[in-house]
Amino acid sequence: MMNTRQLNFVWVVLMLATLATYAIGEVGEQLGIVGPLAMAALLVISFVKGRLVALDFMGLRGVKFFWRGLLIGWLLLVSALIALAYWIALQ
Amino acid sequence: MKNATDTTHSGPTVAPPGDLAIWFFILAELLAFGVFFAAYAFGRAHNVALFNEMQQTLDRQAGAFNTVLLITGSWCVARAVEAVERSRSATGARWLAAGILCGGGFLVVKGFEYAAKFGAGINLSTNTFYMFYLSLTFFHFMHVILGMVILVALWWKTRQGVYGPGNMNGIESGAAYWHMVDLVWIVLFPLVYVMR
Repeated sequence: MMNTRQLNFVWVVLMLATLATYAIGEVGEQLGIVGPLAMAALLVISFVKGRLVALDFMGLRGVKFFWRGLLIGWLLLVSALIALAYWIALQ
Repeated sequence: MKNATDTTHSGPTVAPPGDLAIWFFILAELLAFGVFFAAYAFGRAHNVALFNEMQQTLDRQAGAFNTVLLITGSWCVARAVEAVERSRSATGARWLAAGILCGGGFLVVKGFEYAAKFGAGINLSTNTFYMFYLSLTFFHFMHVILGMVILVALWWKTRQGVYGPGNMNGIESGAAYWHMVDLVWIVLFPLVYVMR
C-alpha cells in the first residue's frame, strides 16, 4: 500500500531522472554520451521512470503479476521497438 | 469491485486499484500510443537527417519543464488518493487541486510551444517530422484535457466527502487514468525531444 514517504521518494527519483534525460539532450555531446549510448541511456531512464509510475503512483506494486506484467511489458515492448528502429537507422 | 472495501493497509490485493473497466481503457490507450511511438521511430529510421535537424528546432526546455509538471501532477494525485484513504478528504481535495494546477500548467506551456510553431508557419504538411510531432503531441494534449476533466470531477466529489476508506473505486480509477497520461509522456519526451 502507498505511504507518504514512499510517494515522496519516488517523486524525487523521477525528478532526478528527468534532469538526467534533459542533461543528455543539453550536454550529452560534451560528456561523450551520444549515438547508441545516448539512445540506450534514454530508454533505460524512461523504463525506470515508467516502472516507478506504474508500481507506486498507479499502485500496482502489491497487485497480481498479470497487471504489473502488462504495463511493464508495454514499456519493454515500446523500448524494444524504438531501439530496433534506431538500429535500422544506423545501418 | 468485489474487494472495494478491502483497500486498507492489509496484504497485497489481487486486482489493480479502481474499476477493472478503467484498466482495460488504459491498456487500449497504451496500445494506441505504442503504435504511434513505433510509427514515429520507424518514420525517423527512413528520414534520420531530417528528424535530427528538425528536432533541434524544438523547445527542449519547455518539454523538460512539462515533464516536471506532469510527474509532479501525478505525485499530487497519488498523495490525494493516499489522503482520502486515510479519511482526510479536505487534504485529498487540496492535493487534487494541486494536480489540476500542474495539468493546467502543462497545457499553457504546450500552448506557447504550439503558438511559436504555428507562428513560424509550421503545420502538419511542413514535413514528416512535424507531421509526427504535431499529431503525436496533440493526441497526448487531448488526453491531458480529458484527464483534467476527470480530476475536476474527482476534486468536486472529494470536497463533498464522497470518497473514503471503503469507497475508493471512483478516485482510484480517475487517478489511474491521470497516471497513464504521465506514463505516456515519460516515453514521448525522450523519444521526440532528445533522442538523436
